[in-house]
Amino acid sequence: MTGTGVETRQPASVRRRPIGSLYAGNARAVMYRGWRATKSTNWLVVVSGVFEPVFYLLSLGIGLGSFVGTVTAGDGRDISYAAFIAPALLATAAMNGAVYDSTWNVFFKIRFARLYEGMLATSLGPLDVAVGEISLALLRGGAYAVAFLIVMQAVGLNLSWWALLALPAVLLVALAFASFGMGITSYMKSFQQMDIINFIMLPMFLLSATFYPLSVYPPGVQVVIQALPLWQSVELVRSLTTGAVTVGILWHVLYLAVMATLGMILTTRRLRRLFLD
Amino acid sequence: MSSPVIVASDLVKQYDEVTAVGGISFEVAPGESFGLLGPNGAGKSTTMRMIGAVSTRTSGRLEILGLDPDAYGPEIRSQLGVVPQSDNLDEELRVRENLIVYGRYFGLPAAHVRSKADDLLAFAQLEDKAKAKVTDLSGGMKRRLTIARGLMNDPRILLLDEPTTGLDPQARHILWDRLFRLKEEGTTLVLTSHYMDEAEQLCDRLVVVDKGVIMAEGTPASLIREYSTREVLELRFGADHNASMAERLKNVGDRVEALPDRVLIYTADGEAELAALTDADIRPLTSLVRRSSLEDVFLRLTGRSLIE
Repeated sequence: MTGTGVETRQPASVRRRPIGSLYAGNARAVMYRGWRATKSTNWLVVVSGVFEPVFYLLSLGIGLGSFVGTVTAGDGRDISYAAFIAPALLATAAMNGAVYDSTWNVFFKIRFARLYEGMLATSLGPLDVAVGEISLALLRGGAYAVAFLIVMQAVGLNLSWWALLALPAVLLVALAFASFGMGITSYMKSFQQMDIINFIMLPMFLLSATFYPLSVYPPGVQVVIQALPLWQSVELVRSLTTGAVTVGILWHVLYLAVMATLGMILTTRRLRRLFLD
Repeated sequence: MSSPVIVASDLVKQYDEVTAVGGISFEVAPGESFGLLGPNGAGKSTTMRMIGAVSTRTSGRLEILGLDPDAYGPEIRSQLGVVPQSDNLDEELRVRENLIVYGRYFGLPAAHVRSKADDLLAFAQLEDKAKAKVTDLSGGMKRRLTIARGLMNDPRILLLDEPTTGLDPQARHILWDRLFRLKEEGTTLVLTSHYMDEAEQLCDRLVVVDKGVIMAEGTPASLIREYSTREVLELRFGADHNASMAERLKNVGDRVEALPDRVLIYTADGEAELAALTDADIRPLTSLVRRSSLEDVFLRLTGRSLIE
């Protein structure tokens, strides 16, 4: 905030906080609102998201997989096709849950329901709104991930105890996509622009070494694919569920952490610009 | 007198090339009901947003409850109730939930918020709608719910932007009655309106705003006394004749205004002027004598009517 040089009194009860007018430490009120709204309106939509990756796993992993046979994992082992694509579907499910919540839902709230305008007229700051909404998206992505991990365990696709770490990994994936998605959405003004998100998501899902190894691509294309956030996510989760863990996965973690941080900063700035001009 | 709850001096808000508010100054005392009266686009809503600590001023001084909104936005907003121009109720939540969730935004404890919500449902006469969907409420009910929502945090100042625009007369009167109750209980009200009757009903004191600047300030009665006459004689001669008749009558009464649909003659005694015109064989299609209102004040100050 720009200072004007005018000295003002400060009530005894109020301490000057470092991020001043951006954060009131009450993101849970935003989450509470989301939980009440989900409970009363769209819980069916939320639940339906659990089944999508399961259907992919059954049709492609088990069905198509019976023709494909085995794939060579990162550490040279041969693993079943289902075990190869299951972690990719898991990462994608986390991405989809997070992106749906942080893009279409947020778009509607910004442009039509004017929900944030109401929130920011209270003592909430833009960072409360961003953290609250992104945490909700994270919870949703996390719930999908847990459900899918259980399915994977049940059909024997978790090949290592490292798979336990797939849950926090998937939460990081959801966080990165949710915070970035919300920031991007704040620029969107029409449904046509929102369709761009779908236009990006689907090819990314199909091309990010989801259904076949990266080595299928020529070297030049490989670099492009490796730059995609979903490829980073898929590789991270795949290393964990197949047990092909190396120090290299920390690069994926770093990539996603940076993406999450940038997204959070972008979202907060945009909310402030849109609603606290 | 205790110190003012709002102090604005030379307040300016500029959007790129457009000056929405061009240097206005006013103070609001605790417990006062203060109005910003002016046509659409006069800068009222922008001023309200700056008072509400959701819009930063371009220049000038602004203190809300002794605090600078640039530095203490959340602290100020925690003590304000806001009723925006168009309802932004949460349509994904039921009526009572709207109040509860909104109270939680202020970080208030759950038990307090629940009992407060019930009190305010009663205040807003919406007890039997507690579980209804917001989309099923009438316009007047939504407005009352928005006001109830704005009271969840026991605000020291309630900001109302065009509180009754778009409501039918009956709904307006119910709303005015509720707002009058708040005023009696000592809540500081700051409201904008382009309805003169609303400003006359609710405001202890008001400023007339046009094109981002203050044209006049005072109580409704003092403004009328200062800028208008006691009575107004309204004459209609038909759309084609109003202008020419106004020209003919320009020396009648204190002042004459020609509007497209009628001629206004400002005078202390409307009946006497009308009788004199009848004696002079000037016969309008219709005539009406009424008391001066803030509408006349605005017309006098700006040469335009409030509602165009």
